[in-house]
Amino acid sequence: MAPPNSDFTTSCPISITSHDFVTLAHGGGGRMMHNLLERVVIPAFGNQPLESRHDGAVLTVGKARLAFTTDSYVVHPLFFPGGDIGTLAVTGTVNDLAMCGARPLGLSAAFILEEGLPMATLEKVVASMARTAKAAKVGIVTGDTKVVDRGKGDGLFINTAGVGVIEHGLVIAPTSVRAGDAILLSGDVGRHGVAIMAVREGLQFETTIETDCAPLAEPVLALLAAGIEVHCLRDLTRGGLATTLIEIAESSRLHIDVGEREIPVEENVCGACEILGLDPLYLANEGRFVAFVPSGQADKAVAILQSHAVSSRALRIGTVGERPDKLVTLLSRIGTRRMLDMHSGEQLPRIC
Amino acid sequence: MKFVDEYRDQEKAEQIAQAIARITTRQWSIMEVCGGQTHSIVKYGIDELLPKQISLLHGPGCPVCVTPLEIVDKALQIAARPEVIFCSFGDMLRVPGSGGDLFSVKAKGGDVRIVYSPLDALKLARENPQRQVVFFAVGFETTAPANAMVVFQAQQQKVANFSVLVSHVLVPPAIAAILSAPDNRTQGFLAAGHVCTVMGFEEYFQLAEKFHVPIVVTGFEPLDILQGILMCVGQLEAGRAQVENQYARSVQRQGNRPAQALMSKVFRIVPRKWRGVGEIPASGYGLSDEFSAYDAELRFGVAGHHVDEDSECISGQVLRGVKKPQECPAFGVRCSPERPLGATMVSSEGACAAYYQYRRRQPDQNG
Amino acid sequence: MCLAVPGKILSITGSDTSRMGQVSFGGVGKEACLAFVPEAKVGDYVLVHAGFAISIVDEAEAAQTLEYFRQIGELGKLEDKQ
Repeated sequence: MAPPNSDFTTSCPISITSHDFVTLAHGGGGRMMHNLLERVVIPAFGNQPLESRHDGAVLTVGKARLAFTTDSYVVHPLFFPGGDIGTLAVTGTVNDLAMCGARPLGLSAAFILEEGLPMATLEKVVASMARTAKAAKVGIVTGDTKVVDRGKGDGLFINTAGVGVIEHGLVIAPTSVRAGDAILLSGDVGRHGVAIMAVREGLQFETTIETDCAPLAEPVLALLAAGIEVHCLRDLTRGGLATTLIEIAESSRLHIDVGEREIPVEENVCGACEILGLDPLYLANEGRFVAFVPSGQADKAVAILQSHAVSSRALRIGTVGERPDKLVTLLSRIGTRRMLDMHSGEQLPRIC
Repeated sequence: MKFVDEYRDQEKAEQIAQAIARITTRQWSIMEVCGGQTHSIVKYGIDELLPKQISLLHGPGCPVCVTPLEIVDKALQIAARPEVIFCSFGDMLRVPGSGGDLFSVKAKGGDVRIVYSPLDALKLARENPQRQVVFFAVGFETTAPANAMVVFQAQQQKVANFSVLVSHVLVPPAIAAILSAPDNRTQGFLAAGHVCTVMGFEEYFQLAEKFHVPIVVTGFEPLDILQGILMCVGQLEAGRAQVENQYARSVQRQGNRPAQALMSKVFRIVPRKWRGVGEIPASGYGLSDEFSAYDAELRFGVAGHHVDEDSECISGQVLRGVKKPQECPAFGVRCSPERPLGATMVSSEGACAAYYQYRRRQPDQNG
Repeated sequence: MCLAVPGKILSITGSDTSRMGQVSFGGVGKEACLAFVPEAKVGDYVLVHAGFAISIVDEAEAAQTLEYFRQIGELGKLEDKQ
């Protein structure tokens, strides 16, 4: 290698990763958010369910097992093509329960309303929540309402918590993933992220791209009812498919191989991503999940998923490898390999 | 997508790679000077397809990364002002200044907004007459027409509450600086296809001749880059040093004349500091006198502010474990064949972070 | 700077520096300024960067490039046979 060139000094503008204040990047689902959880939150609360780092906690009550989860919804704008904050608030929590293999029993809904929020807005959101809960076959059984001064909230924040009953004997978590497992994806990716970004950043497209927000309990329960030995489930939220796979690789301490050609992306989502310089693998979804099942059951599992509307395009996208290196490798569409890593914060549109 | 998908074909990629292997008889170091090409090379693993003798170097091709510290600091200062709506391309949001980045300014209450096009910033100015809207006009020559147009339209439409913070850089002076360095290893160049779409490639003939390097104007899809490399290696093997155009579907020799006409009206050539490199004369654009009223540096009184470039690599502060500047993959002048990543850490940060965190472990090559 | 995407012009309004086009990128519509491509017409493909068309895609050259790839492939197959 040539000796270092003393005429050039490097002053490398690598992103700052340590901050004294919370920034938006900390909520982006990327490396910064993970560091926040790992350094500040999890060590403070330290307990086993939390440390399994799954979408929900599994609690034992006598002989029964319950799944318990919570999520807060701060999406802006409140209304976007195909949904609103209310739809998300119900679907998101129902889906987290589904990812534990649980049948939703009941949800709570806590509202933080900003002074001056139009009543009509609240009514629309509540109606959405009622509709979505009915479709997901779960009741919103308890809740809370608070109002904050004008300027102290983004119009409306919602927290939902959910309890579900686990009617199977499996431990569905990254720790159950095994080398050789098939990785299944329930459908095309990137829609929700593009739908939100289009409205939020004022990056309107003349063709409306709608969110993929949808409840996922049915196909999951169908898999379990058919006796599929589901090892792990996770819905793809912020940070997208890539981040989800990286999280699971890290928690399960195994290697994951997926193929770019297998991952479906709608043509108009592709177009939007090309214009904005976004990678659909890192965009948020609200109605898609990955499932890790033993290789021998993959075909049967895919068939079951495809028989449900929300997962009609389900397919196998990869395999869990032998090497315990916690990395994710993508086989690109031109036949080369690259490692996927988390972005530091939320993906931003670029021109470079 | 038409004119995109055809250039991402696996079979053709392998065939071009094989063609490169067939003609390569010795080691060659080829540099590309465009962050978008670096991004494509990393994303599609193009270096994996090349014979081991070809070394891909990554030049200072990301305007984001070469934007001087003092300009970033000026941006942070202006963005922090309560009357300002500061608009920027997404790329610039996470570039660190002396203390923080635009994200942290936003965290402390600054009105920082991402825009897709400079025209969106001008629209914001028209809609918010009581605020000062400032647009961060960063980029190579590709973005200069857009930035020139927005200033021109601001003047035409008399939008007084709009201004631009300009930090444009030019490619040919950067290439000349790289080739003039005593330790230069670059033997061939892939010129940036979109920069040349705007500027044409007239300026490259004298560079090719003076430094005896082949320069191939190249596109951005994997097949474009592979073909550009094939053409460059072909010249190197034959001892030629000419300018060729791989990206003929977009680039013409004279470039885009209407764009150049507007740019020469709105901008003038100025010396510019390149982060990590230092000042290169006549290597950037600033606003011409006719449009100086729209210069944010003058409007907000931050002109003439100088920051001494920290000669210690910033990555040392942020990434514990990167020991020496020469291991930093920025700028390609020092990058080694087994660590080919370059200066696009911020705009294609996923790839770079992976290399840093995993100490450049390569995934297994077996199928 | 780099990210320029090819899209098809569906319609055009305005003139000179305010000439704007509705451009379709794989089905997604977005407005772009056509001031720098005065000869562009409806049906043409243009490369758009930061909301501005910077060139008209030369379809003949594009076809030529693809043809060149095909030839490289053919040459490769011939060499393999030898």
